[in-house]
Amino acid sequence: MTNSWTDIKNTDLVIVMGGNAAEAHPCGFKWVTEAKARRGARLIVVDPRFTRTASVADYYAPIRPGSDIAWLMGMIRWMIENDKVQWDYVRNYTNASLLVNEGFGWSDGLFTGYEPEKRNYDMSTWEYQIGDDGFALTDPTLRDPRCVWNLLKAHVDPYTPEMVERICGTPKDRFLRIAEMIGECSAPDKVMTSMYALGWTQHSKGAQNIRGMAMLQLILGNIGMRGGGMNALRGHSNIQGLTDMGLMSNLLPGYLNMPTEKDTDFDTYLSKRQYKPLRPDQTSYWQNYPKFMVSYLKAMWGDHATKENGWCFDYLPKLDVANYDILRMFDMMYKGEVNLYFCQGFNPLLAFPNRAKLTTALSKLKLLVTMDPLETETSRFWENHGDFNDVDPAAIETEVIQLPTTCFAEEEGSLTNSGRWLQWHWPGGSPPGEAKHDTWIMAQIFLRVRELYRQEGGTVPEPILNLNWDYADPNEPTAEELAKEINGRALGQVTDLVDTSKVLAEPGKLLQNFTQLRDDGSTSSGCWIYSGCWNEQGNNMARRDTSDPDGTGAYLNWSWSWPVNRRILYNRASADLDGNPWDPERKLVWWNGEKWIGYDVPDIAVTAKPGTVMPFIMNPEGVSRLFSRGLMRDGPFPIHMEPFESPVANFLNPDLRGNPAARIFEDDAAQLATSADFPHVGTSYRLTEHFHYWTKHNPVNSVLQPEFFVEISEELAKEKGIGNADWVRVWSNRGSIKAKAYVTKRLKPLMCDGKALHVVGIPLHWGFTGAARKGFGPNSLTPFVGDANVETPESKAFLVNIEKTTPPTEGATS
Amino acid sequence: MNVDLSRRGFLKLAGAGVAATSVGAMGFGEAEAAEIAHVRAFKLWTTTEARNTCPYCSVACGVILYSKGDVKAGGAEILHVEGDADHPTNRGTLCPKGAALKDFIHAPTRLTEPRYRKAGADRFEPITWDAALDKIARALKDDRDANLITTNAEGVTVNRWTSTGFLAASATTNETAWATTKVVKALGVAGFDNQARV
Repeated sequence: MTNSWTDIKNTDLVIVMGGNAAEAHPCGFKWVTEAKARRGARLIVVDPRFTRTASVADYYAPIRPGSDIAWLMGMIRWMIENDKVQWDYVRNYTNASLLVNEGFGWSDGLFTGYEPEKRNYDMSTWEYQIGDDGFALTDPTLRDPRCVWNLLKAHVDPYTPEMVERICGTPKDRFLRIAEMIGECSAPDKVMTSMYALGWTQHSKGAQNIRGMAMLQLILGNIGMRGGGMNALRGHSNIQGLTDMGLMSNLLPGYLNMPTEKDTDFDTYLSKRQYKPLRPDQTSYWQNYPKFMVSYLKAMWGDHATKENGWCFDYLPKLDVANYDILRMFDMMYKGEVNLYFCQGFNPLLAFPNRAKLTTALSKLKLLVTMDPLETETSRFWENHGDFNDVDPAAIETEVIQLPTTCFAEEEGSLTNSGRWLQWHWPGGSPPGEAKHDTWIMAQIFLRVRELYRQEGGTVPEPILNLNWDYADPNEPTAEELAKEINGRALGQVTDLVDTSKVLAEPGKLLQNFTQLRDDGSTSSGCWIYSGCWNEQGNNMARRDTSDPDGTGAYLNWSWSWPVNRRILYNRASADLDGNPWDPERKLVWWNGEKWIGYDVPDIAVTAKPGTVMPFIMNPEGVSRLFSRGLMRDGPFPIHMEPFESPVANFLNPDLRGNPAARIFEDDAAQLATSADFPHVGTSYRLTEHFHYWTKHNPVNSVLQPEFFVEISEELAKEKGIGNADWVRVWSNRGSIKAKAYVTKRLKPLMCDGKALHVVGIPLHWGFTGAARKGFGPNSLTPFVGDANVETPESKAFLVNIEKTTPPTEGATS
Repeated sequence: MNVDLSRRGFLKLAGAGVAATSVGAMGFGEAEAAEIAHVRAFKLWTTTEARNTCPYCSVACGVILYSKGDVKAGGAEILHVEGDADHPTNRGTLCPKGAALKDFIHAPTRLTEPRYRKAGADRFEPITWDAALDKIARALKDDRDANLITTNAEGVTVNRWTSTGFLAASATTNETAWATTKVVKALGVAGFDNQARV
């Protein structure tokens, strides 16, 4: 989230699209209710189903799964055509006026530079025109045909309300009514917030869905505002934290990048990360990258990391492909190329697509290690459960070690919520039986492997032997020790960069925040964006002061948020070019003639004079991007793409299938189906009574929602002769599941391209362990393909068929 | 952190005072003693409170765990979970999942001992922590020694290990995440993701 849960109360208009907050985030959704009750805010829901959120909305419109980009580009088109643009914001705070390379263009649903055999774009033309001074050229009058604004206008031109209706199945009158509601928020003192979740991410072009709305929000001037922003409703309690901490194959902590084979040494790696400003006077904060990276390497390898050895840069694995993401690892496993696999609090057998492929892949491992507080289907993938897990244990050679861990109630530490608040928690109970903390388990694994290397030597032992493991009890680092290591400390004396006589931190002291990080080896920090979480003032994550001056919802002294306790990102953009708030009733930060002050930590140097340094300090342009240059693999503008399995052809180019820049493995491409055999659109979602595959272990939740079902419309039920609570079989080209049918008015046929389409809704909470009845999940059916940029699987739009059937067989129970 | 003076403790003190005064003032001196004698002690009076947050979605509602016993000494049992009324986001409210958190903590399928499944077996068997961890360490060392790619064809040091993979969680703490990423990246594991990929 750019903003926070408590900030939603400040909004005028909420659009929930790509999510179902009332169902999946009920206690956060109350802030929507608050805005409606206290401010008269309105709520729009756009979703294939009439969801729980839709049931309390002011206005609802249906949409076909996987067609969101066309809808959003249509909305941008309408805003431009009807002059619903926050012009001062767009001119000054976006790259609307920057000129784009003459070679850039698009046709037939593709941008320039497409290489079909590689499923990749040569992005060399996706760039600004650069002047002799090294800065991007601009035309502040927005008259130049090559300025971003004019290119955007041309790009969105095909997405008329009629075309939106044809592609998305959203009736034109509903689309136009919503456009009028959204258009009101182009006024400088009107704000819309976007709340979305996996309904937008789980597509082969998920990142572009989100960009589409972010662009609309920029055009309306809603980013950086109280009650505005792009608010990703993260699905798990610390999925934000694990992402921030860089537990990803392509990332390091704080969104630093894993090196690739092209980064032959540390200097080469840094040379590609200069982030030279693209406009005069701009901050381009990533210019500090070397400080963050050296401090990370010092946190990893301590005294062993020296300038001479490139701070142990070579200890890090270098990638030969863009990503060793989960899809790739399971594909390698499927081919017999993986021997050992660890699942720490993760149940991929139910979470990842094409379950049949996952089972085959896991069966080829030598050893699977699971770490979880609960039974998981993954740890028992080899166990026969009749139709629910139809395997022959004797034929599966994989050894499995199942390790019991503690849960939240028995451990101490911080979790990062969706609004980037790091909240500390304390244990209330003792671990059951022999269950252990994950920190103890990781320490044991590390210490034992290190001991083997000490005794036996081996292949490149240095990264392991030299890993910094300086804890009072090496067997179990404490949460406090780890948090301080993440925050970072001075290794040498840290002085002010301008006035070097001024000492900021003596050796051994915790750093105040990341502004004190250095690239000379005198500081360490495990995750630069978390620096400040536990400094010499103490554990800021444990703060519990509920004061909130003037009721802004910022709660600056409650817990701690990254970066530097800032609660609303880009908040400098809440004021006009002179530093005066766009909306005097909703002031956030402002210029008092000498510096930036306000209710939040200003997202700009506090003495940066208005009109010079622009608000988007992380970008080399200083402004936000309506045109994203070569930063996304599938285009600098979002362009309509159909799902890999779609009931209709891409109207821009019927030969295109899915996202043309998304990676798909050969076997998986061969399994893609067409609507000739699979005429209906499957989609997946959560229910409010359950959390993922966890709460089916809880007797209470299993009583509330005991049994797997699928939702279908009355029209489809009639067509197929299916009655309410009948057993049905739903199948795709990859698998088949059985479920009770729930015949509902919440789903209606969608008219797309002249065809009536039916959506089959599949909730995701059942498996073969726990207290609830055994059931299936949507992942038995979903395709093994991910988003072009981040490899999130396309679980929200795929093709299925449905028929009436007999009950499933239970099989043995464990 | 335990709550120094809990709201319940405060109410207990205040409430008892009010009751005694009003009953006494009405001339029911003996009735007062009888009244106090038959009122069952409130169950949570003797519990310890700990501040925590809900482990499910990212709203991160504040919760209070009520337990008996000493967490540090072991044997502390959680008797009750409720929303934290002081928390700015949830203001004490919980959803159908959060309201049933005690069932998660005490789920019948909570794991309490390490277990091992042999190749081809149709069941788990118990294994000691020592044996399990030694087996894991041995397997890691052997596979890494055999399969770590130290340099590529151009002679560039790459130290990449792709025959072992690691999936991290979605609900572990940031501190656990740091301990985990230190170990996994230092080993050279390339196939390292967390649930955010979903």
